[in-house]
Amino acid sequence: MEFLQLLLSGLANGCVYGLIALGFVLIYKATEAVNFAQGDFMMLGAFVMIGLVNSHFLGINFWIAVPLALLIMGALGYLLDITLLRSLFGQNQVAIVILTISLGFVIRFFAGAIWGHEPLNLQSPLALGDVRIGGAVISLADLAVIIVTVLLTISLWQFFQRTKLGLAMQASSQNQMAAYYMGIPVKRVQGAVWALSAILACIAGILYASKGAVDVSAGFIGIKAFAAAVIGGFGSLPGALIGGLIVGVIEPFAGRYLPSGYSQLAPYVILILVLIFRPHGLFAQVRTKKV
Amino acid sequence: MRFHFKTSYDHDIRLFPDWWTFFVYGALLAVMVALPFLMDSFFLSEVTNVMIWAVAGLGLMLLTGTTGQVSLGHSAFMALGCYLCANLMFAGLPFLIAFPLAGILTGLIGALIAVPVLRLHGVYLAIATLALAIITEDLIVILRQWTGGVNGMFAPDIMIFGTEVNRWVNPEYWYYMTLAIVVIVTLIYVNLLRSPLGRAFAAVRDSEVSAQAMGIDVSRTKTIAFGLSCGITGLGGALMGFFAGAFNNETFTFLLAIQLLMMIVVGGMGFIHGAFLGAIVIAFLPQGLSIVTDNVRVLNIPGLEFGAFGAILIFFIIFEPMGLYGRWLKIRTWFELFPFARRDMFRRQKSYLKTERVR
Amino acid sequence: MSLLELKNVTLKFGGVTAVNDLTMSVEEGQVFALVGPNGAGKSTVFNMISRFYTPVSGSITFDGEDLLQRKPDRVPQLGIARTFQNIELFERATVLQNLLVGRHRHRRTTMLEEMFFVGRSWNEERAHRHAVEEVIEFLDLQAYRDKYIMGLPYGVRKVVELARALASKPRLLLLDEPASGLSVEETQDMRWWIDDIRRQMGITVLMVEHDMGLVGKVSDRVLALDGGKKLAEGTAAEVQKDPKVIQAYLGTGAISKTASAGGERV
Repeated sequence: MEFLQLLLSGLANGCVYGLIALGFVLIYKATEAVNFAQGDFMMLGAFVMIGLVNSHFLGINFWIAVPLALLIMGALGYLLDITLLRSLFGQNQVAIVILTISLGFVIRFFAGAIWGHEPLNLQSPLALGDVRIGGAVISLADLAVIIVTVLLTISLWQFFQRTKLGLAMQASSQNQMAAYYMGIPVKRVQGAVWALSAILACIAGILYASKGAVDVSAGFIGIKAFAAAVIGGFGSLPGALIGGLIVGVIEPFAGRYLPSGYSQLAPYVILILVLIFRPHGLFAQVRTKKV
Repeated sequence: MRFHFKTSYDHDIRLFPDWWTFFVYGALLAVMVALPFLMDSFFLSEVTNVMIWAVAGLGLMLLTGTTGQVSLGHSAFMALGCYLCANLMFAGLPFLIAFPLAGILTGLIGALIAVPVLRLHGVYLAIATLALAIITEDLIVILRQWTGGVNGMFAPDIMIFGTEVNRWVNPEYWYYMTLAIVVIVTLIYVNLLRSPLGRAFAAVRDSEVSAQAMGIDVSRTKTIAFGLSCGITGLGGALMGFFAGAFNNETFTFLLAIQLLMMIVVGGMGFIHGAFLGAIVIAFLPQGLSIVTDNVRVLNIPGLEFGAFGAILIFFIIFEPMGLYGRWLKIRTWFELFPFARRDMFRRQKSYLKTERVR
Repeated sequence: MSLLELKNVTLKFGGVTAVNDLTMSVEEGQVFALVGPNGAGKSTVFNMISRFYTPVSGSITFDGEDLLQRKPDRVPQLGIARTFQNIELFERATVLQNLLVGRHRHRRTTMLEEMFFVGRSWNEERAHRHAVEEVIEFLDLQAYRDKYIMGLPYGVRKVVELARALASKPRLLLLDEPASGLSVEETQDMRWWIDDIRRQMGITVLMVEHDMGLVGKVSDRVLALDGGKKLAEGTAAEVQKDPKVIQAYLGTGAISKTASAGGERV
């Protein structure tokens, strides 16, 4: 009974981690960079949505605001790529790590300047009502999070396997030069990837804001999403989701059964253990690098 | 344009290649020694602050700039150095023993941690060290009998040869103590760079394969670099904590580690000068910003400091990846070669990315 | 006893057999050349000797020492130095610093001595520098001594890599395509150097090379590989006349010879 309740709340949180992790994986798969600002993208997406929907900001209808917010964030992702990231094209990963961390700082600053530093709630139609499953209670918002995440992961996975753009993204990540010779517009593909991952972050943000209050430091849950992505093996989309679920489920159980103070360590300890013992994730087939 | 007439190999091995550099650095040291007589105590403590940042930055520079391993978790080792030093002093050791011992212990612990962690490359290493920093924040709260937990702890009084060194009573003593530490740490760094070990660090950074083919044990070298780096950063952390007077889990958050990394990027990755230039920027940025916001009210927004720092960093990564020191080198070369300097002399080589990934 | 001996060495990547039951021995003082079309397994042999790869079966010994017992970074200790096909220099260091890294196997100072530059440090550094200067003079690198590798042209990098290997004062020098990408004059220089390395310095040379002209001029013994198997072994003239070698080169090699500039990765 209690077990089921903990599991459900963990799953819903885990889905948000999973969604952010999907953003990491998407960019990593396509450009071999890691976007340390993905969590802040999520926070920004949530605030863009709040800005559009909440009555003391613009007060637009929720369902009209969703595509608008996605569009804004997608455009922002694309713009960031063509203005900032493209100039680092072909540079080493460390430069991109530092760039994206700084980007996170700047985003946090602007979000704080525009929407303030107080926690805000999204006026979401999802935020009403609970559903009873067995003896456990799950809020409508949590249920929506789980369903949307599963659907999204499946469609992204299919996108990479089936569509031309998806294959182009994979190809350009593995060897930019070869992909370029094959006629793939590598730079445009990279822009599309950043737009897509910003959209994903926005979806994660909307769902996260439906679940509870958001403030500008919400982006720091991106670090937990790192744990998710690493557990899932950084290059795998379903792996990211499963990693997110693992982190999400462990948290409430650790909080329940570990002494206080130790429980919030759980995701990071697992992250480090996975990195040390299974550096390519729990689900990857490891081969050694060819010198 | 200056010419170096070298008559012996010693010209290249010794600290200063010619009289001119010897004179420049000698003059700099003389100014630093005379500074307490020229400045009020407020400004003196600002300069002390810069030097403390520089010590911590030199530690990270050794790892990231010289050996090429990114760490986003050096705040953990700053905390370790600080708490070790304080606890050793509470156990009865004098500062002059506790302080270096804290550095050495931090280095050893860092080297132990490095063994599994340094098998990771690039981004994975960054993530693992970031997790380390966050875990440390929580550990400080959990281990409250040694750290004072959330309430924190007051730094014990520093006594050197029977004289108390107190920031408020005699800031010039604090200043001289920090100056001495900075000089020693910098000397160690320079000595390493002109020795086989320092060259092995650079070799590991630039090509692990050929470092191995030259007989360098890559994982051992990385571990030593990590240990040394942690030790130096630990000293910086101890100074920072003691200079603040009191410290708790909030003093050593992972943001501190990120600031440290950003600092060496702005200063100039891979250059000793870079750590100092970066330290100047990071220590004076808050002051500079408060002057701006006092005059321009519109900009008075909470969180401006980090925002501005992020923006500065983006600027540097894109337009001046070699940092302030790199910019200085370019200007100097331009003048030395005038009018023959070419625009593309320092141009980055762009290349298409080839995957280093396994799958 | 031969200086370097490979006995029945086989190496597989997954299902592909890269080197198949190869036996060869290099005598002290020889210049030994490995030739063969692309993908013949020449560089793979090198990578096994430097222990980047481990064969599935067979043995490799150097002067009686079992190389397979050693990690890659313990190989240079024996006096084996190498160059790489796709130049692996330390880009953000000067030529001098690169060559000094080549001296690493002679390091005798401890970390503490180096940190405070006391004890043996001074004399050791002078000795390293002296050894490096000899190589600089031998290869005419004086003009580039304090230049960063980043800005150097390809031909110079190739020489710097050779210099770095020589700086370690090896007994056996492995040269992976020393002339690839070099101009005619540079190749000529390389030829004299290889001759001198053997004659003046008494260093044994094992090299992989596509340029049969160079191979014919400098090498005492040539071994032709194809598909990881030994095709022929003997003097350059003998190997070039061997019908199996001709077939391998005309069958698949004729194309790959022109494409060889791109090269395999190390």
